[in-house]
Amino acid sequence: MSHLLQLYRQMRAIRLFEERVNDLYTRALMPGLAHLYIGEEAVAVGVCSALRRDDYITSTHRGHGHCLAKGASPDLMFAELLGKRAGYCKGKGGSMHIADPDTGNLGANAIVGGSAALATGAAFSSKYLQQDRVVVCFFGEGALGQGVLYESMNLAQLWTLPIVFVCENNLYNEYTHYTETTAGDIMTRAAAFGLASACVDGQDVRAVYGAVAPLVDRARRLEGPAFILANTYRFRGHHVGDVSRDYYRAKQEEERWMAERDPIAILGSHLVGEGLADGDALGRIDAELADEMDRAMRWAIDAPYPAVDEVSEDVYA
Amino acid sequence: MPDAVKTTSHAERAEHARTDAFSAVSAGSAWDVRELTFGEAVKEAIAEEMRRDPRVVLLGEDVAEAGTAFKVLTGLVQEFGPSRVIDTPISEAGFTGLGVGAAMTGLRPIVDIMFGDFLTLVMDQLANQAAKIHYMSGGKWRVPLVVRATLGATRRSAAQHSQSLHAWPSHIPGLKVVVPSTPYDAKGLMKTAIRDNNPVVFFEDKMQYKLKGAVPLDDYTIPLGAADVKRVGSDITVVATSSMVQVALGAARMLEDVGVDVEVVDPRTTWPLDEQTIVNSVKKTSRAIVMDEGYGRYGVAAEIAAVIAEGAFYGLDAPVTRLGAMHVPIPFSPPLEDATVPTERTVFDTARRLCGK
Repeated sequence: MSHLLQLYRQMRAIRLFEERVNDLYTRALMPGLAHLYIGEEAVAVGVCSALRRDDYITSTHRGHGHCLAKGASPDLMFAELLGKRAGYCKGKGGSMHIADPDTGNLGANAIVGGSAALATGAAFSSKYLQQDRVVVCFFGEGALGQGVLYESMNLAQLWTLPIVFVCENNLYNEYTHYTETTAGDIMTRAAAFGLASACVDGQDVRAVYGAVAPLVDRARRLEGPAFILANTYRFRGHHVGDVSRDYYRAKQEEERWMAERDPIAILGSHLVGEGLADGDALGRIDAELADEMDRAMRWAIDAPYPAVDEVSEDVYA
Repeated sequence: MPDAVKTTSHAERAEHARTDAFSAVSAGSAWDVRELTFGEAVKEAIAEEMRRDPRVVLLGEDVAEAGTAFKVLTGLVQEFGPSRVIDTPISEAGFTGLGVGAAMTGLRPIVDIMFGDFLTLVMDQLANQAAKIHYMSGGKWRVPLVVRATLGATRRSAAQHSQSLHAWPSHIPGLKVVVPSTPYDAKGLMKTAIRDNNPVVFFEDKMQYKLKGAVPLDDYTIPLGAADVKRVGSDITVVATSSMVQVALGAARMLEDVGVDVEVVDPRTTWPLDEQTIVNSVKKTSRAIVMDEGYGRYGVAAEIAAVIAEGAFYGLDAPVTRLGAMHVPIPFSPPLEDATVPTERTVFDTARRLCGK
């Protein structure tokens, strides 16, 4: 499968996974909430396709896309979201804390900006141990309000650590437009520390990959950390329960983004337009993925919960 | 006659500690010992572990050439170089979080928090990140990190540089908390903390860095969660932590003169907590004072008092009494500051009252 078709497949996989997550929530089969990444798939997929399997990522409360793009298995993801023993974290983490050493996933973090310093520490290890690994720290534009992010960017640049900070600007800090919370120009914040940086269309996976890959390589050569601002849009609410959104954004705005700026449709049109795939081929990918996701979900639904006496396990290593 | 009772000075307390430790270490042992200060013992533990394991690195404000604000780590950067003894920006949250991430990915960092009061700045990294990562990941990631911090008042440093906040990390599942009181304990516990696969917060009493005591030349470690009976007695148990252990021992010598025989139990770690040794001691003596320099309310002393109430209730002849820092911000003015911390005199009076002597 060509590189672009791979990217298409991964974005579709995230979309289909999350549609099922939403479905599990509305059918009251999933405990708690989930923060959907639908609409932002091109960022995770474009960035992670520039990484090696042993490179590290840190993720956020809106992290399913990052985890899947880095190689997580949908069945173990579903199981974790449902609080099952077979899940990535034995059911102890849930939607906001998927972690997986096998794919370099240091963990999704439910404190906004909470992983910035951790990611910088992983980059410190990589350099200290001469491991040649790059770290990508994903965070939303809401984290621009957290001081520890700037402490981390300062440390990364000061010590030339192999890390790429990826800011996903989906326009909304929860229920508040980012312009109400964010002064000045975002790119100048990275420039102030001397970080290499790029601002990309986060709906165009080819553009994301094109901007990130050279900065990842540069970081790997220990030539300096980087900052990426990916402009994107959260198609759904802050979380699955956030369905009445009129008070903070207009329906027309959502409809326009979905109709004109869907990252999967954008890549699909490119593939068909360039003769790299036809509608049938894309349809077959869809059908295959839908089947895979259904099977993964059903397996997770049938999987057992942890035994209650596991509650005290894993507090200490 | 309380007024006639002689109160020992800090220097005299240090001398007593030295003698006590020497006899404790020498008794029944062929080990070669020498005298080290508390600060030297901490440094020696770190240096030995850095020689033993190249994954151990040291991070903090002015830890390299300055050897920390308290000059505890002087010389380490000369031996291990600036790639392992690393001066950081004044970004406690940033470099502590960096330590957490480095610990997850193959290193064993020691993070230096100059004043324990600055733990306020790192609580997210400590309580929400370091403490929970192993559990949240279902045991997949671990965080072998040591955070060094100081505690202790009476240094005339006022409200933001004098607190003893070890109750805070003790409250969080996933953290271990060490509160050594002698050079011997500090060295053995620091080595264990560095080798532990969990985040450990290690509190050093900044007023005791010059306290001298016997430390063996040979390699040794002390397990976390093992209390030490610092003085054997029969009338009353004083459970004391960190800075309060020498105060308790000083008070015990005063109480000897009025016929009260004090047992001093030093938990050495507030978590894990050696409940058994504490409870056994109180069952034997039937009376207990719990001393800790943290704020008395909702603190370490309160927790240990509850452990005693639950474990030794039917053996008690008097109410368990807490002695902690007063519930006020630590003031600057010397007479005010001195009034906030329990003293030998406080212990003396309390113990006599509880024993009816």
